[in-house]
Amino acid sequence: MTRSIRSVLLAAGLAATAGLASAQAFDPETAQKLRESHMKLMGAHLGVIGNMAKGETEYDADIAAASAETLAALASGADGNYWVEGSSSEDLADSRALPAIWEKRDDFDAKADALAQAAMAMRDAAGTDLAALQGAMGGLGRACGDCHEAYRKPEE
Amino acid sequence: MIGRALGAVGAVVVLAGGAGWVLTAPEPLPALAVQGPPGDPARGELVFAAAGCASCHVAPDAEAGDAPVLAGGRAFVSSFGTFHAPNISPSPQGVGDWSDAEIMDAVMRGVSPSGAHYYPALPYAAYDKADPGDMRDLVAYMRALPPSEVESLPHEVPFPFSIRRGVGLWKQLNLNEDWTVAGDLPPDAARGRYLAEALGHCGECHTPRGPLGGLDHEQWLGGAPNPSGDGRIPNITPAGLDWSEEEIAYYLGTGFTPEFDTAGGEMAIVVSELAKLPEEDRAAIAAYLKAVPSVEPAAE
Repeated sequence: MTRSIRSVLLAAGLAATAGLASAQAFDPETAQKLRESHMKLMGAHLGVIGNMAKGETEYDADIAAASAETLAALASGADGNYWVEGSSSEDLADSRALPAIWEKRDDFDAKADALAQAAMAMRDAAGTDLAALQGAMGGLGRACGDCHEAYRKPEE
Repeated sequence: MIGRALGAVGAVVVLAGGAGWVLTAPEPLPALAVQGPPGDPARGELVFAAAGCASCHVAPDAEAGDAPVLAGGRAFVSSFGTFHAPNISPSPQGVGDWSDAEIMDAVMRGVSPSGAHYYPALPYAAYDKADPGDMRDLVAYMRALPPSEVESLPHEVPFPFSIRRGVGLWKQLNLNEDWTVAGDLPPDAARGRYLAEALGHCGECHTPRGPLGGLDHEQWLGGAPNPSGDGRIPNITPAGLDWSEEEIAYYLGTGFTPEFDTAGGEMAIVVSELAKLPEEDRAAIAAYLKAVPSVEPAAE
């Protein structure tokens, strides 16, 4: 119960940020820092779930479900407002966001949507049992990878 | 290095003589290698995934579907010119009219049906080491894929590399039957060697090249500049990659690094293909990577 309330609040908070940002966009440097933090937090929650999938940590349904719930909320809010013009890898030294994001915005948004779908599939699976959690990892990996393949500059 | 350079000079001198014509002649597979039981398309699907054919021969703008359409079209920029992956689908514009032997000669020897050399953008120096039985399975699978009527694009290769006969010299220097990681390996690492060196052609990107475009086997899998210009392709020898075997195998199946970042760039496509293989095969590649001699990372 507590968990779902928290999740609703988190989603509402993200939606509020989205509303604010569409009216008043972040400057490029801020946008770049925010989205990087967002990605890192998603990665940290994915690590909690993924290490159970790999058998490195013991499966715990409650912990897995808690991380998956937050991951789903984060993934649903990952598609807008951070990706402001002037924050690509050609504009900012720290940015690895390829200019193609802004050239193929529809495809980028579709991939962001696919990530949200995959994260919701994980939210539904993670608390069930280990096999269901492991099954949902593949879809998440593809969703992350599809976007990184097309739109993230390789590391130097 | 000096040896290779001398070899190249020597080869050019030989070419000036009449013997060069013989040395540079395209050499198809012996008839025995082509003969055998008919290929099994179901097994061929796994060979196709392990060999990474789709990474280059699926059109760059293709939608992900059930069966790959091998229409070609991807461009590969190199210091020798720009190569375009051809249509290899079962159609008149592709390889539909070729015999099994002609397809196997192309893949394993880099020889076209008319007897011309292919450029080594097609990694036949790796596929040459493949099991002919696997290759027959691969051909059977390719023949069952959807046809495409797209015409292949010509390569854009300036003189002197435009003289295809010169590729015969390159083959003299770079084609050999030996494994790079030589000797007896435990069964899983040996299977991994086959997958990595013959089918997967990992070295084509992860190993630096010499001045003539041949792989530097002294620095096998030691990392290389990215031909597309962005970043470096990583060193995946034990000195460059300290992940456990389990972590490597998991990465090859899911794209997740130990930190749960994901594969990007070209490697994302490779992972999506390797994910189709049995788990033991990914574990075998990981075991092989632990058996590869370390190449110390270059000083920055």
